[in-house]
Amino acid sequence: MIVHTPHPDLPPPSTSVGFIGWLRNNLFSSPINSLFTLAAMYLLYQLLPPFFNWAFFDANWIGDTKEACTNDGACWVFIRVRFNQFMFGFYPPSQYWRVISAFLLFGGLIAYLLIDGLPKKAWIAAFTILGYPVAAYVLFYGGFFGLPVVETYRWGGLMLTLILSTVGMFFALPAGIVLALGRQSVMPVARSLSIVFIELWRGVPLITVLFMSSVMLPLFIPENVRIDKLIRALIGISMFQSAYMAEVVRGGLQALPKGQNEAAEALGLSYWQSMYLIVLPQALKTVIPGIVNTFIELFKDTSLVMIIGLFDLLSIIQSSFTDAKWLGFSVEGYVFAGLVYWIFCFSMSQYSQHLERKLHTGHKR
Amino acid sequence: MKKMSFIMVAAFLMISASLAAAGTLQDVQKRGQLVCGVSTGLPGFSATDEKGVWKGLDVDGCKAVAAAVLGDASKIKYVPLNSKERFTALQSGEIDVLVRGTTWTLHRDTALGLNFAGTNYYDGQGFMVRKSLGIKSAKELDGASFCIDAGTTTELNLADYFTEHKMKYDAVVFDTHDGTLQGFEAGRCDCLTSDQSQLYGLRTHLKDPSSAVVLPDVISKEPLGPVVRQGDDEWFNIVRWTFFAMLNAEEMGVTSANVDSMKSSKKPAIRRLLGLEGDKGTSLHLADDWSYQVIKQVGNYGEIFERNVGMSSPLKIARGLNALWNNGGIQYAPPMH
Repeated sequence: MIVHTPHPDLPPPSTSVGFIGWLRNNLFSSPINSLFTLAAMYLLYQLLPPFFNWAFFDANWIGDTKEACTNDGACWVFIRVRFNQFMFGFYPPSQYWRVISAFLLFGGLIAYLLIDGLPKKAWIAAFTILGYPVAAYVLFYGGFFGLPVVETYRWGGLMLTLILSTVGMFFALPAGIVLALGRQSVMPVARSLSIVFIELWRGVPLITVLFMSSVMLPLFIPENVRIDKLIRALIGISMFQSAYMAEVVRGGLQALPKGQNEAAEALGLSYWQSMYLIVLPQALKTVIPGIVNTFIELFKDTSLVMIIGLFDLLSIIQSSFTDAKWLGFSVEGYVFAGLVYWIFCFSMSQYSQHLERKLHTGHKR
Repeated sequence: MKKMSFIMVAAFLMISASLAAAGTLQDVQKRGQLVCGVSTGLPGFSATDEKGVWKGLDVDGCKAVAAAVLGDASKIKYVPLNSKERFTALQSGEIDVLVRGTTWTLHRDTALGLNFAGTNYYDGQGFMVRKSLGIKSAKELDGASFCIDAGTTTELNLADYFTEHKMKYDAVVFDTHDGTLQGFEAGRCDCLTSDQSQLYGLRTHLKDPSSAVVLPDVISKEPLGPVVRQGDDEWFNIVRWTFFAMLNAEEMGVTSANVDSMKSSKKPAIRRLLGLEGDKGTSLHLADDWSYQVIKQVGNYGEIFERNVGMSSPLKIARGLNALWNNGGIQYAPPMH
């Protein structure tokens, strides 16, 4: 009997597997792509080595004064000397622990809520929403339990950026949901109020809102009434972002088939029950990218408070350029600011992708 | 637009009228703290160091007022302001005094309801040239090329000056401060022009700061000084005479170091300055040793100038117009009788 043994498969040609294959498939698949690859490589060759030399190999890391920066590269000493100021603004150094513990507590609470399968989440969530703001206020501002008062004009740096953006997010999401529902409502008063609010706040630039709050508002309120500049900025940012958030959420509501609403009504659910149980969970899930987009935008927009003389991360870095002892280190400062902003925005974006995967129930196309 | 500005002016007037009755001095003393408006950052004038402490010529102006009124130069809350919100902050009572490199002009002194209490720095547009050119005066700049910031009054002042002196020039215009400086450094122009106080700051950014010199000539007037609200003469007098006390102290050679030994001086002028004779603090409604506290805790005008912007600072600005009147400058204080 003749047994036919097929010749074992020849290995694929060496040009289509391994590293060379990857190169051919991805970088040199056509003459035009090859041209682009070469051009990009040439650009990287021109840009990267000088950048790495500047940022790492020729950089100055050690020392406490401008004179310590003897190499041609970046002078990171400048960032190191001012690091605490960039993080905490003019907060008294002996009280830094208050800021750190407030943010650690917040991080802990959020982490607890995000990790799956931990018990008593409802209580923790309730504390995060109702108890934490009070705790944070006590820690940041003081005045209770023997903590010395630290007035808001001393707040600054990354701490202020985080406060502005978390408070903004905290108010914008619920307010945005309410406004979006209001705009879809059949009640004429609720609907028109929502439309007016959204269109008014969306129609003006944030910089105008901040500017009005800081330059015009004080002229119209009585002289002995003084609203803290930070509070004014917070109110402005929250109003502004809730209008944007409302439109994002409305997009989610519109994406939901009408049958979902009708089914909820057919089951005899009340308006709020159907919203809470049926409509919102589906609608919000659809617009996660939009919500996170708004949050990232808000985080970066907080740098506009510069024009009303609040020292957020970017403006405190810019103001440090004017110290006569440290003139001429603006590039280092901006690179550092960019890095910090990127770390935060990238983390938010990564989390949103994780959330989308977790909540994925086949609704995505 | 016209209507808008009318409303704003009306609002300003209402506020200045309502404030006329309020006494800033009593407010400050009751609060135990002076609220002082400064810039968000101007090298040598107001900037924070790495510990977050405010320093500069304008900041020392704030400190002097606090020392005079409260006897303690450290009891100050600094409010950093940008150029747009500074006047509102003063008009609305958010700050007690504004020391923020503000140019004294007719419009600001009258229509905005403000009062300028003096000139703590005489600024003006100047020129920075390459040292190798060997130029000593602006008159020798005929035919030179200039690096300038686009769209500023600098450009207009330059044109005026050269037309007036029948000289020719080429303008090389840049969008930003940094661009202007890089243009100068790269040799695109012979000369860089801007406000003098800024030129010294820009010079320290050069790779070799000693390769450029700032000419002594000034072609525009920019008197910078402390500002208070109109309608509170008591407070206006205090801010104005605090500054004059620092000028008089320099003129008489009283410094923060020797002020204690000067107390035993026999010269009547010095004794009056230190509040040992004469009117003392009565007519200003201050403590008798108010001027002593100013000199002791902050220093005389020459000291604060040298410390913040002068030769012992990185800016190395020459006294020029800001020297005392008997020393070739125009800083002149009335006598303290």
